[in-house]
Amino acid sequence: MAALYIILTASVIAISCGLLGSFLILRKMALVGDAISHAVLPGIVLAFLISGSRDNIPMLIGAAVLGVITTLIIEMLQKKAGMQEDASIGITFTWLFALGVILITSYTGQVDLDQECVLYGEIAYVPLDTFNLSNGLSLGPRALWISGSVLLLIIAFILKGYKGLVLTTFNKDYAASIGISTAFWQLAFMSLVSLTTVVSFESVGAILVVALLVAPPAAAYLLSQNLKKMLWLSTLFGILTAVGGYYLALVLDGSIAGAMATFAGVLFAGAWGWSKLTSKHSGTIPVTDKKNISTFF
Amino acid sequence: MDIRPDCPAIEVHNLTASYNRKPVLWDVDFALPQGKLVGIVGPNGSGKTTLLRNMMGLMKPDSGYVNLFGKSLDEVREKVSYVPQRETVDWDFPASVMDVVEMGRYRKGNLFKRLSKQDKILCTEALEKVGLLDLAKRQISQLSGGQQQRVFLARSLAQQADLYLMDEPFVGVDAATEESILALLTQMKSEGKTVVIVHHDLQTAYEYFDWIVLLNTRLVASGEKEKVFTPQLLQEAYGGRLTVLSRIGDLMAKQDFPLREKEFKEAKGTGDGKTY
Amino acid sequence: MEKLIEFISFSNPNVRFVTLGTMFIGMSAATVGCFAFLRKRALVGDAIAHAILPGIALAFMLTQSKSPWVLMGGALVAGWLAMFLIEAITKNSKLKPDTAIGLILSVFFGLGILMLTSIQHSGAGNQAGLDQFLFGKAAAITPSDLKIYIAVGLVLLALIFLFFKEFKLLSFNPDFASILGLPVKRLRFVLSSITVLAIATGIQAVGVVLMAALLITPAVAARAWTSSLKILLIIAGLFGAFSGLVGSYISFTAPQMPTGPWIVMSLSAIAIFSILFSPQRGLVAKIFRQRQNRQKILTENILKALYHLGENQKSQQNYFSKKQLLNHRKFDAAELNKGLKILAKKLWLIERETGYKLSQTGLPEAQRIVRLHRLWEMYLSERMRLKADHIHPNAETIEHIISPEIEHQLLHELDYPELDPHQKPIPY
Repeated sequence: MAALYIILTASVIAISCGLLGSFLILRKMALVGDAISHAVLPGIVLAFLISGSRDNIPMLIGAAVLGVITTLIIEMLQKKAGMQEDASIGITFTWLFALGVILITSYTGQVDLDQECVLYGEIAYVPLDTFNLSNGLSLGPRALWISGSVLLLIIAFILKGYKGLVLTTFNKDYAASIGISTAFWQLAFMSLVSLTTVVSFESVGAILVVALLVAPPAAAYLLSQNLKKMLWLSTLFGILTAVGGYYLALVLDGSIAGAMATFAGVLFAGAWGWSKLTSKHSGTIPVTDKKNISTFF
Repeated sequence: MDIRPDCPAIEVHNLTASYNRKPVLWDVDFALPQGKLVGIVGPNGSGKTTLLRNMMGLMKPDSGYVNLFGKSLDEVREKVSYVPQRETVDWDFPASVMDVVEMGRYRKGNLFKRLSKQDKILCTEALEKVGLLDLAKRQISQLSGGQQQRVFLARSLAQQADLYLMDEPFVGVDAATEESILALLTQMKSEGKTVVIVHHDLQTAYEYFDWIVLLNTRLVASGEKEKVFTPQLLQEAYGGRLTVLSRIGDLMAKQDFPLREKEFKEAKGTGDGKTY
Repeated sequence: MEKLIEFISFSNPNVRFVTLGTMFIGMSAATVGCFAFLRKRALVGDAIAHAILPGIALAFMLTQSKSPWVLMGGALVAGWLAMFLIEAITKNSKLKPDTAIGLILSVFFGLGILMLTSIQHSGAGNQAGLDQFLFGKAAAITPSDLKIYIAVGLVLLALIFLFFKEFKLLSFNPDFASILGLPVKRLRFVLSSITVLAIATGIQAVGVVLMAALLITPAVAARAWTSSLKILLIIAGLFGAFSGLVGSYISFTAPQMPTGPWIVMSLSAIAIFSILFSPQRGLVAKIFRQRQNRQKILTENILKALYHLGENQKSQQNYFSKKQLLNHRKFDAAELNKGLKILAKKLWLIERETGYKLSQTGLPEAQRIVRLHRLWEMYLSERMRLKADHIHPNAETIEHIISPEIEHQLLHELDYPELDPHQKPIPY
């Protein structure tokens, strides 16, 4: 039962991350997502300190607000101080993360969080913390309930806001030209990303949530011709990541979250190889303008 | 040279705009006629795209304003269609040709609803007009540059607008496509539509357009092409920047100087009319 | 206070190692980081830092040794591999750089965590100390560590000194560098190798997660103060070293405090201060300049208004009241008072109960403004072909910014005109 709960929770988180991550990478904001996942740390610590518990929903939302503020700080540094994008992301998340670590060490004992949990979560303990009715009946892990609700929220948002989300992702200027507020969609979307990171934090930690945000959608992106297929594939890869990661961790006796990230990487490698193979056979010409992009030092 | 049409499609009033506080457009003021093919022509960095973005409300000007059909953009938005430069979007986006064309039917009012049958018919017709119906299901990354440009045109046609603002639609397009786009534009004109095109190629500008706006960070001329295409005006537009103007622009950016004093920021038209 | 003296005196050998170690690490990373910053590779650096983790774990698994040299070797290999993969993915797929960076960063890190926890659980050896790479182990720097940090730091500095010109060209204009026939590929290899080296040592102070700050934040802070690459490297290096000092001091006075995060907090504070207060690019200086601009515009407008009023009455000796000034131009009453006060202080105008007039020193100033306004109107109408009824708002602003050199050029280009487009005389 514990194994099932762990896999179920991990799958739900991976699906949430995969759906949002698909739009994140299409918006070329993967690294903003990375920054948010680090920057919510002080928010989470403060939420713990104030509420004294880890599942107070208003507190989770409060922590998520910090993630949204992070995106605003990054944007402000670029616009007001004329800073380049990579530097503004880099300095913002590092100082917020440092602040979070300092808060944790300052209030050890009051905060049920340690540095390891920050890095790779405690999904193995998820089944222990259950949601109980007043008559003592257990309804399953609390984390599953919370992340499940967030997943439903994300699905509702994507279903209802599909057109707005797609339009502002594909062609911002055009969206603005027909009178759609790109700022609104950006804010709504980043709020959800932020909320998802906060909720996933406990299970998979700050950095590995990035693996779930980026790897399954990246693999899906390479194999999809249309967005709907990409979203479905992301979901599928998310579930595979959860299952595969769990058993990989079992075999190697290591961190489940670490194994999930590793497995996601393996899935990506497979998708990349597959896309190379098939594109050679079908003879399509990918039209990419990458003349000047280099990531090498 | 600044010829004023009656019943203009677009009026630009004293428009001053800047990037990073550096002025790119200086007091540009002109009006464009309805039902014509208009070319906005000028050398690189002369502010053509900036002008178009200001017309479309995508940038906030430092002073001045633009009227479309005598009204503000928000009042006539559904009658105006904007075609951005092809390179401004990522063509690797997982979408089909039809997906993109359907965006032409998106409105503020139907954003949360499904497209109607009528919308879909309009999209199919638009694709047929640009000759891409057989590629409707194709992923957009598998199109050639010319085909991608035609997808954008189809999206624009699907908007059913009266005024079309297009940013460099002939860039990176093969000769055959260029011809077919031009034929399409001519047809649109015959239906009474107004098409404004940012264009950098002086050679073809005279051949393509009825009305030409010559721009070089300031308005050099606006009028029927026969009157605008004079050696003197062309020399003025392409013969380099005015050095004093660029020096002042640099100074303003460096010293964080406002482009307009506040009393003149919102001033519509000609300021307070006093002469000092 | 005693603590401070004890710290400064360096009498405690442990303090000595920690402080010198973090300072050297901070300096090396900051200096090398300047190039990462200029080449817009800040987050590639972040990815490399994360990716080093599995390299360290693997090196330990293979050799069962915790020798810094062995671990460093593993780190270098993994860092290089990560950089290579990011480049390969962006070049050979439709993925964009941000996705490739995020992917490699998180997957490598996950792999590292998996290996570390697996080693830990299998009890395959005493792995204690390996997890210190996660958050850094500044507080536990040993003399042999210190030797390595100093050696690495000196090698990095020597290479930067040696290849300064080449790296500079590579950072600002790589295309030009290859036109000049420089071996760009080999230079990039050297530069990326020393970056990986700096990261591999740096994570021992602040850990993998915060390494990006050590690399990039000093450069961001230094950039606010200078535009010269040489000075940038020096200032960034000093900021890096200073933050190392601050971090070790704080963990010395409060031993439970982690050194790494405090180093980063100190760096961030320096960066925020620099962004706000540097004299050229700082936000405060910018606001101050804008305030000064507004004041200049206000006082010059008052001078001009007084001149116009005098011009209308054909005498600059008459006094004009505030009311007359307000009738002439829509000043804000409070601003007008403020401006008049500033001008009176400068002795550019003379105040009586009946009003104000331009003083002997104020008159030439007023003439200058009016001259610039009318000259500029001339320019607008002659050169820019603006119609006479359109030129005024533009000239209202530009008159305040025309420098003497530009005025000279204007006069020359317009050939010293006597009348402006509205047929008003231009005062010389």
